[in-house]
Amino acid sequence: MSTTDLTSLEPGQTATIVKLRAEVGLHQRLHALGFRPGQQVLMLRRAWLNGPLHVRLGTTEVMLRCQEAKGVYTAKAEQ
Amino acid sequence: MKQIAVLGMPNTGKSTLFNRLTGFNRLTGANAKIGNWPGITVELMMAHLQLGEERAELVDLPGIYDLRGFSEDESVVRRFLEHTPLHLVLIILNMTQIDRQLSLALQVKNLHLPGVLLLNMADEAAKFGVDVDVKVIAEHLGMPVIPISAKYGQGFETAYRTISNALKQQEEPRLVNAIEKCLVPEQQLADAMSSLVRDAVHIKARVKENWTTRLDRILLHPVFGLPIFFGIMFLLFQGVYALGTPLQDKLGNLLDWFRSVALEPLLGGLPSFLKGFLLDGIYNGVGTVASFVPVIFLFFLFMAIVEDSGYLSRSAFLMDALMARLGLDGRSFVMSLMGFGCNVPAIMGTRVMRSPGLRMLTMLVIPFSLCSARLNVFLFMITALFTPRTAPVVLFSLYLFSFVAAILTAALFKGRFPNKEPFVLELPPYRFPTIKHMIVSSWCQAKKFLLWSRRFIILGVVAIWALNNLPPNVPPASPQTLSGMIGQLTQPVLAPLGINPQLAVALIFGFVAKEIVLGGLAVIYGKAEGSDLMGAIAHQIDWVQAYSFMLFTLLYVPCLSTVAVLKSESKSWKFALLSVAWSVGLAWVASFIFYQGARALGF
Ligand SMILES: Nc1nc2c(ncn2[C@@H]2O[C@H](COP(=O)(O)OP(=O)(O)OP(=O)(O)O)[C@@H](O)[C@H]2O)c(=O)[nH]1
Repeated sequence: MSTTDLTSLEPGQTATIVKLRAEVGLHQRLHALGFRPGQQVLMLRRAWLNGPLHVRLGTTEVMLRCQEAKGVYTAKAEQ
Repeated sequence: MKQIAVLGMPNTGKSTLFNRLTGFNRLTGANAKIGNWPGITVELMMAHLQLGEERAELVDLPGIYDLRGFSEDESVVRRFLEHTPLHLVLIILNMTQIDRQLSLALQVKNLHLPGVLLLNMADEAAKFGVDVDVKVIAEHLGMPVIPISAKYGQGFETAYRTISNALKQQEEPRLVNAIEKCLVPEQQLADAMSSLVRDAVHIKARVKENWTTRLDRILLHPVFGLPIFFGIMFLLFQGVYALGTPLQDKLGNLLDWFRSVALEPLLGGLPSFLKGFLLDGIYNGVGTVASFVPVIFLFFLFMAIVEDSGYLSRSAFLMDALMARLGLDGRSFVMSLMGFGCNVPAIMGTRVMRSPGLRMLTMLVIPFSLCSARLNVFLFMITALFTPRTAPVVLFSLYLFSFVAAILTAALFKGRFPNKEPFVLELPPYRFPTIKHMIVSSWCQAKKFLLWSRRFIILGVVAIWALNNLPPNVPPASPQTLSGMIGQLTQPVLAPLGINPQLAVALIFGFVAKEIVLGGLAVIYGKAEGSDLMGAIAHQIDWVQAYSFMLFTLLYVPCLSTVAVLKSESKSWKFALLSVAWSVGLAWVASFIFYQGARALGF
């Protein structure tokens, strides 16, 4: 298992969140939306031109920009 | 009277619940009002509620994620709770997402406020395989827990009964003194939540494939997503226009008919000056506003369908990459798009943005969206001065200018309104809108529009009437009237754009509302609207002047209503004035370059 951030996931891949690093307001927002250590996250798709990411956490689907996704550290599950 | 507050995370169906609890009271406005609360600057919606023999006041709080949060809404809720003694807090959560939303209920428990927890969207939770042991949660929280569906009404009888009972038991209201002190640190809260979720929530094998994932594969397709989106939006505006304009005409005819059979005979005895004021000034002013209701209503109806289905947040996903480069985000695009129907609701829609910079920049861009009122003027002028073959090209070029002006504005001002707002947005599953809900919400919106536009449009129409008829002893709308004199005064500025005194007066009228431009021209040229007026205009000006006039009309302030919302939404006259100055300046420069350029090229 190697630790990377959310932006490195390919569509269809699942990973486990290891930690969040973001300024306190964003941290809280991400946390509230379900980005928590231990939570599984599935990359659904990436928008064109390096646009936002579309991910699923449990029953919640969220879009976020790469900028924000860089603060979400994940460990890829072995496939 | 007892006090109830409704508290919940964003998008959990709070408004839907509020509407269902208070019935159509909100629609008729008999029972609901917007109140001011101690310690809070924003206005909250409230309504009265009859629960058995108990009468209560229900306050709708903004949706929040966390009572310890840093956003504006979160501090509003904190201040509200610290200043308003409550008999009951209704907590509403999305049952499907209970595994992450329970934290809010746990926080209310920590505050020792009497609460009832409603787990909304029970219908969806069942489909997603989310199974909740309500008893375990109720025991842990020490408050009743009821699964409901605010949209379809399931569970409401139990909810009513439970709320009434809870109210009956709570004689004295409770006030929280220091919220921060009652709340536990984030980690402790997260642990409490996960252990409760482990005990009480069972999510069956994760849903891999459903309507939403299948639709998303098409609608968010990397290549076809955007074309599909533009196609849908195009159809939507066509629909509003195709259905709304005939209704608008019919309503207009009805108002004219009422005027000629009832009002004119009735007011026949009055002096003609007073009669003119009442009929041409006030009645026509009211009529102008009223005849716009069908279009506005339809516009809101279609927009509500797109929004409620969940597609609007998808369009933000599709467009965000481009908008980010302009200092905006996906939501700004959605709002600008709404602006092509009418700028006013679009500007009000920017409320969802938290960052002031982003909001201001979006509000600065929206007025350049070519709204339906401007489209009316353009269609008329183009038909009068261009051949049927060139007409579509001319119209298309105006749409192009509309986009260019918006992009230019964002690019120029993004430095002044820096936006560091992180863009993280929930994408809800696709949902079928219910007809009743659509009609109620669009009617509420249309009513809001009527309420405040009334003031401005009527005032504007009356002012124009006065300018055209004063002083009283000269022919109406002649060069000797006030409006004629004003037209002359504008010439040093507007003559270089090819805009003559008559057109100038129409432009000034257009400041109030673009709908008035045509009526204004009709009064000034002393003709009825329609082909007569077209002939008169075509006789007086050539196509270069006409195009310059249209460019100016496109770019300068859309209408007084827009300025009014810009002011009320930004809470700053300075910002409203900046928007006015920038758009008028841009209009002047663009028309000047076009007109002088075309003349220099020998046209
Ligand atoms: N399936 C289902 N959908 C619901 C239910 N209640 C609300 N919705 C939908 O959920 C969406 C959000 O509802 P709103 O009432 O606008 O939610 P809100 O909490 O007021 O949202 P904000 O004011 O934006 O924070 C709408 O599309 C509703 O139609 C429900 O019980 N079941």
